[in-house]
Amino acid sequence: MTSAQNRTILICSGKGGVGKTTLTANLGIALAKQGARTAVLDADFGLRNLDLLLGLENRIVYTAQEVLSGSCRLEQALVKHKQEPNLSLLPAGNPRMLEWLTPDDMKKIAGLLAEQFDYVLIDCPAGIEDGFKNAAAACREAIVVTTPEVSAVRDADRVIGLLQTREIQPIQLVLNRVRPRMMANQEMLSVSDVTDILALPLLGLVLEDDQVIISTNRGEPLTLNGSRSPAAQAYTNVARRLRGEEVPLADPTKEGQGLRAKLGRLMHTKIF
Amino acid sequence: MTLRDFIDKLLGRQPASAGMARERLQLVLAHDRSDLNPELLEQMRREILEVVSRYVEIDLEEGDVSLETEDRVTALVANLPIKRARPNPPPPGADPSMATV
Repeated sequence: MTSAQNRTILICSGKGGVGKTTLTANLGIALAKQGARTAVLDADFGLRNLDLLLGLENRIVYTAQEVLSGSCRLEQALVKHKQEPNLSLLPAGNPRMLEWLTPDDMKKIAGLLAEQFDYVLIDCPAGIEDGFKNAAAACREAIVVTTPEVSAVRDADRVIGLLQTREIQPIQLVLNRVRPRMMANQEMLSVSDVTDILALPLLGLVLEDDQVIISTNRGEPLTLNGSRSPAAQAYTNVARRLRGEEVPLADPTKEGQGLRAKLGRLMHTKIF
Repeated sequence: MTLRDFIDKLLGRQPASAGMARERLQLVLAHDRSDLNPELLEQMRREILEVVSRYVEIDLEEGDVSLETEDRVTALVANLPIKRARPNPPPPGADPSMATV
């Protein structure tokens, strides 16, 4: 039996290193804190890292591999987060799983998780090859993560095309590593540039934030301890929007009311 | 053009890079999305010009056939300035290969 309103969501980007795993960890914790039973599944069997970002790397006994082969039950493989028991991790198995894993295997794992959890977040590997295809087969909706850089946006576009041909719906966008000052100086693609080009609804906007690296070092996602940092609030807001709450998105370049901000706006007013 | 672009031009500075990023992306995505290689696109362009010029005399220097993309829809856009109509266009239903080009 499937949990009444289970949502199985693919977190993908095409390009590596844009923040998929960080988003999965922080969003997972934020959803769990808001009371939703949440599972995160590391589908990056080649280069797994979700365990590390969640600080759960030393508590793994079984993985998705043993669940699939039937040598353990799902409950035995799930690693429950101690501080946030609404969140569980299903760790990725051995990299050699890549040789035999099929889309049906992923569907089977996701189906098992869907029976017990309100939200299942699948951390997709980079690229558009088998790893992506397997993970996408198990999902009904997707979040595409990108940064305001040409290569990341181009790769995101490829992934969006593939998701659309698979009729995955809705597909929403999280724009990561936004630098407001560069945007205000027009040295970085603007928020509307990216949303216009990719033609996706914006689910969240995450500013570049040193706290992300610091929290990664500690293995404690920013959303875990009520951090007031901009990225922590952005991730929490992504979770709230995902659950249907209306949370306004602030334009990062229009935050300031000081002279500098006003001058910045004047400088990119269209004159002809 | 924004005020910033104007001042940059006045001072001979490099324009802000976001505009370039946007233009380069739009071009590369139009090609990515259509999945046409440049060779095929060129062949299609030649054939379109050939067909159109059976009916009207077009300015080949000014003519342009390119891919544009908006809202994830890629369009083939042909901009072909017409110099004048052909005095004797092929009659309707005529074998196109018989037409004078």
